[in-house]
Amino acid sequence: MTGWRKFLMGESRTRDVLLVLAALVAIWELGVWHYEPPRIFLPPPSAILAEFLTTPELFIRHMGYTLWTTLLAFTISVALGITLSVAIVYSRLLERTIYTLLVALNSVPKVALAPLFVIWLGTGMEPKIAVAVMLALFPIVIDTVLGLRSVDPDMVNLARAARASQLQILAKIRFPNALPSLFAGMKVAISFALVGAIVGEFVAGGNGLGFLVLVAQGQFDTTRVFVSLVLLGLMGTALFYALDFAERLMLPWHVSQRGEGGSQHGG
Amino acid sequence: MNQGTQPYVALDRVAKVYPSPRGDVEALADIDLEIAPGSFVSVVGPSGCGKSTLMKCLAGLVPITSGTIDINGRSLEGPPGAMGIVFQRDVLLDWRTILDNVLLQAELRRLPRADYRERAMQLLARFGLEGFEDRHPWELSGGMRQRAAICRALLCDPELLLMDEPFGALDAMTRDDLNVELTRIWQGTNKTVLFITHSIVESVYLADRVVMMSRGPGRIVEVIDIDLPRPRPLSIRETPAFGAYVHQIRHHFAELGILKE
Repeated sequence: MTGWRKFLMGESRTRDVLLVLAALVAIWELGVWHYEPPRIFLPPPSAILAEFLTTPELFIRHMGYTLWTTLLAFTISVALGITLSVAIVYSRLLERTIYTLLVALNSVPKVALAPLFVIWLGTGMEPKIAVAVMLALFPIVIDTVLGLRSVDPDMVNLARAARASQLQILAKIRFPNALPSLFAGMKVAISFALVGAIVGEFVAGGNGLGFLVLVAQGQFDTTRVFVSLVLLGLMGTALFYALDFAERLMLPWHVSQRGEGGSQHGG
Repeated sequence: MNQGTQPYVALDRVAKVYPSPRGDVEALADIDLEIAPGSFVSVVGPSGCGKSTLMKCLAGLVPITSGTIDINGRSLEGPPGAMGIVFQRDVLLDWRTILDNVLLQAELRRLPRADYRERAMQLLARFGLEGFEDRHPWELSGGMRQRAAICRALLCDPELLLMDEPFGALDAMTRDDLNVELTRIWQGTNKTVLFITHSIVESVYLADRVVMMSRGPGRIVEVIDIDLPRPRPLSIRETPAFGAYVHQIRHHFAELGILKE
């Protein structure tokens, strides 16, 4: 039982979060038992789990659709975002036009454009990807441009003094230097891509967790709405931590990742 | 020294003007300077005297407004090939190990890394960084980081080494250590060194010649030959001869109203 003891006595953020979550679920369950609100208003967690277990494959199929949309949109956003950022940093003209425009557009509520995408692209996966990319692209471009720019000028001077090419400076200095910013942007973007996918499913189509929420709401089946919401929450959290994990693997050198071992060496 | 031979670096009436909306800023005016091959020249002056601009012009990083710069008999167009450079900040790349940071010099010059690995290890060992090759810059102290930056500058065996206040951000003791190490390693090589500093003592200790600069516009006010024997132990700084040089430079700056006496 030493493993359990360690888990309960030691310092662990995961444990603390899980304990708080478990406590909230318990309060919810007991509260519903005690006050007995109408099912349509608030079902207990046990009912939500039971509802999921009646047709798990249905929920998982729709979740898979939303996950696939999100990942496709995220991948497109990262590829497009990096390309745009590099172009913006290296071109005065693009910086003054596209970047200024992007920053201005960022304050426009882009989800309002979702119906327009349905008219343009139909009711398949394309409009959902389009909405998700619209949302996810901004944080990536804004953070990556910042990262590419915030290079110590002497670092670039050093490379120029060694007669390095612009491409070398980008590949060996600017881009690695921008990776922490890129990851910061990607962490925001993955959540935005999920939001975009759901909004797309709200507007049109017959697939995905957003569609399930909408149908269940139309039938006043609150329990089903909650099943979809819980799955969405789990998916969003999992995606965020997957990126966090990738960042730890790829950027062990960055300030935010250094452990106690990274302290200054005397001498 | 080296009289009769062609200077390695020759500046003739060099001027640098930075255009600005509030009028042009004259960073350098009428700079004439010749540096003999294999000599150690330090440039000392107050901040804003254009000494860093002078170095950037020599490095081919900043175009000059008028005048000519010849390096090894050839007119300067862009960064010269056989040049190494060290800045005040070490600008080591955090994501590379110390060895990979040193080898960056070869990579940027499109030279095969494998050919320079051995030399990089030797250089690091000579600067007391043996055993730190696989560490990352953030695991090292400021002095060790700057030593690695010097190794990076020396990797491809440059004929000309430009150093822009490389020890300015270090504590006094580390700075002394590095002054000794730098002269020890420079001696016996045939490298021409231009060393920018704002410390009069450092400039005298290191150099064969001290170039004094003044501001508004940045110009050379005096060139002083330092006739002290080498190798120079740190204690040479307590000798009357050394003190006389320091006094001479300080006095001159005082006359110019740059230093108070």
